[in-house]
Amino acid sequence: MSAPVSPRVLRALLPPLSLAALLIAIFWLQPRTMSYFGLNLLLNLAVPIALATIAQMFILCVNELDLSIGAFVSLVACITATWLHDAPLLGVLALAGLVAAYAGLGALIHLRNLPSIVVTLGMSFVWLGLAVLVLPTPGGAAPDYIRSLMTLKPPIVPFPIIASVVLALAVHVLLMRSAWGTVLRGAGGNPQALARAGWSILRIKMTMFALAGFFGVLSGMALVGLTTSADANIALRYTLLSIAGVILGGGEFVGGRVSPIGAVIGAVTLALAGSFLSFLRLNPDWQIGAQGAILILVLALRVLISRGEVRR
Amino acid sequence: MKTMTTVACAALLSLGTAAMAPADTSDKRIALSNNYAGNSWRQAMLRSWEKVTGEAVEEGVVAEADAFTTAENQVTEQAAQIQNLILQGYDAIVLNAASPEGLNGAVREACDAGVVVVSFDGIVTEPCAWRIAVDFKQMGKDEVLYLADRLDGGDLLEIRGLAGVFVDDAISAGIHEGVEETGKFEIAGSVHGNWAQDVAQKAVAGILPSLPEIAAVVTQGGDGYGAAQAFKAAGRPMPIIVMGNRHDELTWWKEQKDANGYETMSVSIAPGVSTLAFWVAQQVLDGADVPKDLTVPFLRIDQENLEEALERTEPGGVANVNYTLEDAKEVIGGGAM
Repeated sequence: MSAPVSPRVLRALLPPLSLAALLIAIFWLQPRTMSYFGLNLLLNLAVPIALATIAQMFILCVNELDLSIGAFVSLVACITATWLHDAPLLGVLALAGLVAAYAGLGALIHLRNLPSIVVTLGMSFVWLGLAVLVLPTPGGAAPDYIRSLMTLKPPIVPFPIIASVVLALAVHVLLMRSAWGTVLRGAGGNPQALARAGWSILRIKMTMFALAGFFGVLSGMALVGLTTSADANIALRYTLLSIAGVILGGGEFVGGRVSPIGAVIGAVTLALAGSFLSFLRLNPDWQIGAQGAILILVLALRVLISRGEVRR
Repeated sequence: MKTMTTVACAALLSLGTAAMAPADTSDKRIALSNNYAGNSWRQAMLRSWEKVTGEAVEEGVVAEADAFTTAENQVTEQAAQIQNLILQGYDAIVLNAASPEGLNGAVREACDAGVVVVSFDGIVTEPCAWRIAVDFKQMGKDEVLYLADRLDGGDLLEIRGLAGVFVDDAISAGIHEGVEETGKFEIAGSVHGNWAQDVAQKAVAGILPSLPEIAAVVTQGGDGYGAAQAFKAAGRPMPIIVMGNRHDELTWWKEQKDANGYETMSVSIAPGVSTLAFWVAQQVLDGADVPKDLTVPFLRIDQENLEEALERTEPGGVANVNYTLEDAKEVIGGGAM
């Protein structure tokens, strides 16, 4: 059999195909979603998840794992709803400080050769503690410009779709198409080779962590734009969602093998899986399990395809 | 068989139709969005919803009334759930919220889509939603007002709840306000019973030797039975202990009532408040003029209806009541508190 579709292409097609299958199922279950209004509601909460997934992707790209992204996004949400709203300068400084803190974490993990799982797990409690200090009781208000951006109603195409596409393409160009991006990814694939070629792995790790921090900040701001106010626990789920999103979108835990477009698709797929199960009227006790089953199904398909790839 | 059902339905309808026009909301669909189902109060709340709305659907008052509980008690989960409910085309969403503020964006989306949102117990602050709140302060005050009717004065022992929780502060503030207003009583001592009988018993036993004769004990619920045991063990005369609708408290009260005519009252919030929220949503859909802020009536048990209440309470549970359309109308009528 001549194979015009190689496993490599199949592998790349898997995330968009799973998303399409899920979308068709949702349209069939609930035709109301097949409209501008419906798509907007269905997808708007996927935007902050996609941003958090991109943040996680930068970390995974350099063979690390971030278990604090959910707490970090919560902290950003709390700062956005309080300081950024009441005292914009202080808010901007605090958020910039958080990005710098992330870069510092990257340096710490690299210099002391610490396992990132331990460092970020510890930091998740720090972020959560800070979030409670900033906002002891749920509340605050989203700055008007973020609120109006997140509730933007552009003609024809709903905002969440535009935002997701722009995000995926922008990061794709940055990381996959630019010379700089290739060096960054190389640090995950073969750090020794890069170090010998004269690149500073420390600088690369700091850059990747700073980028993760930056997208984590964007995620928190987007989330507050949707919810209008914050809560110290608002985004704790994002830690696991973001890791699952990257993997679902074709990323690997090691080797600098990631895909920004895939990550965004993975995040949207996970967000839609929740809606799909809810439209099915599945008992909530089963929903988490069913979400896991969807994940296993897609990953199992991927393993099958990868085996085909190896056999060649 | 079929005609019998029809007749039964007609009979049921005529019972309830005195003041309502059931046709107006008969094609409406109401959903319950719930964030947590992990304790007995929430379980009772869901059972009440099922029972009352099931009957309402059968009678044709509304077309559908489904309950949805999020898989995890998280704000983002519930926000997504609310948006899904909007997409499923529900006309009203009855909401027990995971956060008073974090769901405001999703609630706003619902309002903008023309969906009626009624929050209860865990209420939301978004102005477009209706709120059915609990006035815990009034509950504390009511206890003292009852005692003022019964007694000419004396020393009170106050059993408080869990320190640092808003409910504890609110009930206690109400009790102190009541004491000040009636001017008859003196709070001789105050202990924390953490809403648990064993904790309350130990705390009361510890403070009793230092107290003068106690005329009455004001409580927060879940602590009355423990207080009674402590008084009994110390051999002190039994004061009037205000109860909190728990099964063990009501059982003890009944035993005392039968043995020596002991008199008191019992007050708490019924989990069936979900059904009140359901009827309020139905009324809003019906076009009734409903104020945005309503207050839940307390479930109060007095000497006369003790037996009846005890019979309907499960062992280990809390006295419950399922609200009717008439109850909802009463709350709406006097709701601008």
